[in-house]
Amino acid sequence: MSPGTLAVKVRGLSKLFGDFTAVDAIDLSIKKGEIFGFLGPNGAGKSTTIKMLCGLLLPTSGNGTVNGLDIMKESEEIKKKIGYMSQKFSLYDDLSVEQNIDFFSGIYGVSQTKKIERKEWALDMAGLLDRRKTVTRDLPGGFKQRLALGCAILHAPPLVFLDEPTSGVDPISRRNFWNLINEMSKAGTTVFVTTHYMDEADYCNRLALIYRGRVIAEGTPNDLKQKYMTSYVLEIETDRVVEAMETLNRSGIETAIFGSLLHATVDNMEKAMPRIREVLGEAGIRTERVERIVPSLEDVFVSLIEAA
Amino acid sequence: MKLVRIKAIAKKEFIQIWRDPLSLAMAFLMPVMLLFIFGYAITLDVNNLKTVIHDLDRSSLSRELIAGISASGYFKIVDYVTDQKDLDRYLDSGKALAAIAIPADFSESMARGRDVQLQVIVDGSDSNTATIGLGYISAAVEKFSRKVSRGKGQQLIDPRIRVWYNPELKSRVFIIPGLIAVIMAVIAALLTSLTIAREWERGTMEQLIATPIKAHELILGKLLPYFTIGFIDIILSVLLALFLFNVPLKGNIFLLMILSGIFLFGGLSLGILISTVAKSQLVASQISMVVTFLPAFLLSGFMYAISNMPAALQFITHIIPARYFVTILKGIFLKGSTLNLLITETVLLAIFGLIVFGMANMKFKKRIA
Repeated sequence: MSPGTLAVKVRGLSKLFGDFTAVDAIDLSIKKGEIFGFLGPNGAGKSTTIKMLCGLLLPTSGNGTVNGLDIMKESEEIKKKIGYMSQKFSLYDDLSVEQNIDFFSGIYGVSQTKKIERKEWALDMAGLLDRRKTVTRDLPGGFKQRLALGCAILHAPPLVFLDEPTSGVDPISRRNFWNLINEMSKAGTTVFVTTHYMDEADYCNRLALIYRGRVIAEGTPNDLKQKYMTSYVLEIETDRVVEAMETLNRSGIETAIFGSLLHATVDNMEKAMPRIREVLGEAGIRTERVERIVPSLEDVFVSLIEAA
Repeated sequence: MKLVRIKAIAKKEFIQIWRDPLSLAMAFLMPVMLLFIFGYAITLDVNNLKTVIHDLDRSSLSRELIAGISASGYFKIVDYVTDQKDLDRYLDSGKALAAIAIPADFSESMARGRDVQLQVIVDGSDSNTATIGLGYISAAVEKFSRKVSRGKGQQLIDPRIRVWYNPELKSRVFIIPGLIAVIMAVIAALLTSLTIAREWERGTMEQLIATPIKAHELILGKLLPYFTIGFIDIILSVLLALFLFNVPLKGNIFLLMILSGIFLFGGLSLGILISTVAKSQLVASQISMVVTFLPAFLLSGFMYAISNMPAALQFITHIIPARYFVTILKGIFLKGSTLNLLITETVLLAIFGLIVFGMANMKFKKRIA
C-alpha cells in the first residue's frame, strides 16, 4: 500500500509513563476515507495513542506519519490538518454556542468568506440553529457532544480524531452521533474513533482492538468474527443465569452473561452441548435451550481478551 | 503570527472576564480597595501624639510653652501630673507616648538668660513615631524660645529649612505614587496568573493545544484584555491620587501613562509565566502574591530607602521591576521628571518585560506531558 493512500501509518509506537508502559510498540495503518475504530477497555491505551497521533504527547519511541507528516518532528504541521475531539468536554462552558464556534473558527484561521457558511453548517449539524445564543453550560450532553465535534472540524480537516465521543451520552444521541460520523466519512473524511462500547464496533470499516497497550486484533468487523473466532459460541437460556454461570465456570466451561442469557465459548460443539445440559441438570438448574449462534464482536473481544 | 488567532483569544478572554463577577471584582475593585486601605493606613505623619506634662514651675511662661506645644496639633495632652512617678506610670502603661517635664526654675532661668534644660521623654518602642515626635517637640520649643528671647536682643541661630517636592512633608503625598506602583505590580501578575492555569484545570487547554495556535499568539491574545484592564486600573489609581488624596501631579500625564504601559507589559507577562509553570490556579495565585507583593512592598524603595539596605539586598532590588516603577511614579508625580531623567528606569523595565515575555513563550509547551 503506497503511503499516499494512508492517512495514518505508524510503526512501533510506544509511550512510557515512568515504569508504566501505556502503549507498547503498536503498528497502525489507516486508509484515507475509512472509519477506523480503536476499541478496548478503559485504560487500555486508546487515549494515549490518539494524543500521540495528534501531537499532544511525544511518543517515547516509534515512528510514522499522519497526513504524510512526521509525528516526531512535524506535530505542529499535523495540527493544521486534523480535528481532535477530546474525551472530556473541552469547549468553553461560559461562552455561548455561537461564541465557541467563532472562537475556534478564529483559531483554525477559517477564511472570512467561509466563516459564516461553516458556522451555519456546524449549527445545523449540531441541531443548534435556534439555540445559538444559549450558554454552552446549559446544553444537554448530546448537543454538547455534537457542538464539540462541529468546533473541531470547522476547518474541514481531512482527518478527524474522536476520543470516546459517545461516552456518557444517551443511546439515541449515540446513534445520531454515529450517523454524523457516517456522513463525514461519505464526504471523504478519515475518521479515527475510539470507544469502549463494543456494540459500536459494527459501525466501523476497520477495527483494532487494544488491550494493555498492545493491538491484539485488527481487521474488518467480519474478518474479526471469522478469523479470531475459531471456537464456537453457544447461547444458553435458563431461569437461574448467575447460578448457571458459576456452575459451568466451575466445571471448566467459559461462560459470560449477555442480558438474560449465557454465552459459552467452546472448542468442540458436539461434546459441549450435552455436557452443558448434564452439568446444569446435576446442579438442579433447568435448561430451556442451548444452541449455536453467530458470534457478536463482543464475543470476539471477550474471548480475545481472555486469551491475551 | 496570525492576527486572527490573537483576536480570537483576546475576544474570548474578554467575554469570560465580563461574564465572571469574581474576575471583574478582582480586576477593578481590588486595586481601588488596596489604594484606599493602604493609602489611609500607611502614614508616616504623627498626629495627636498622647503627651503627659509634668510642670514643676507652674508659671505663666511655662503655661505659654505648653500652650505652644499643644497648639501645633501634633500633641494631645492627656494629663498634667505633679509627681515623677505618675509620669513614669503613664509612659509604662502606654497611656502616653511622650512626656515633657518643666523644671521648677524654668521661668527664673529664662528671665536671667541662663540655659534651661527641658526634660523630654518619648516611648522609643515605636522608634519611628518617637523620632518624628522628638522632631516636633524640638521645633515647638525652638519656636517658643525664639519668641521669648526676641525682646531681649539675643542672637539666635535662625535655620531656614526648606523642603523640596513635598513642602508640607505630608507623608501621604510621598506614599501614594509609590503605593500605586506596588499595587499595580501585585494586580498585574495576579490578573494573568490565573488565565493559563484555569484552562489546564478546566480541560479546555487540551482542545487548544490540538489546534495550530502558536505559543506567542496565545500569550499575546491573553495579554491584550488584561493590558486594557490594567490600564484602566492605572487611570483609576491616578484619579484617586489626584482628587481623593490631593497628590500634586507635577509632570506629564501622557509620559506617566506610556511608562505605566511598559511596566504593565512586564507585570502581566510575569503572571503568564507563573501561570504556565504552575498549571493550577491556587498555586499560581500564591506564587504571584509571593513574588510580587513582598519584594514590591519592602525592596522597591517604596517604604524603606534602598540606600539604607545592606549591600546584598541592594543588589537584589535591581531585579525588582517595582523599584523602577516607584522611581518613575514618584518622579513624575512629585518632581515633574521628564523622560530623559527616567530613561534608565524605562529601559530596564522594557528589558524586564521582554525577558519575562520570552521566558513565558519558551515555557509554554503545546504538549500534555
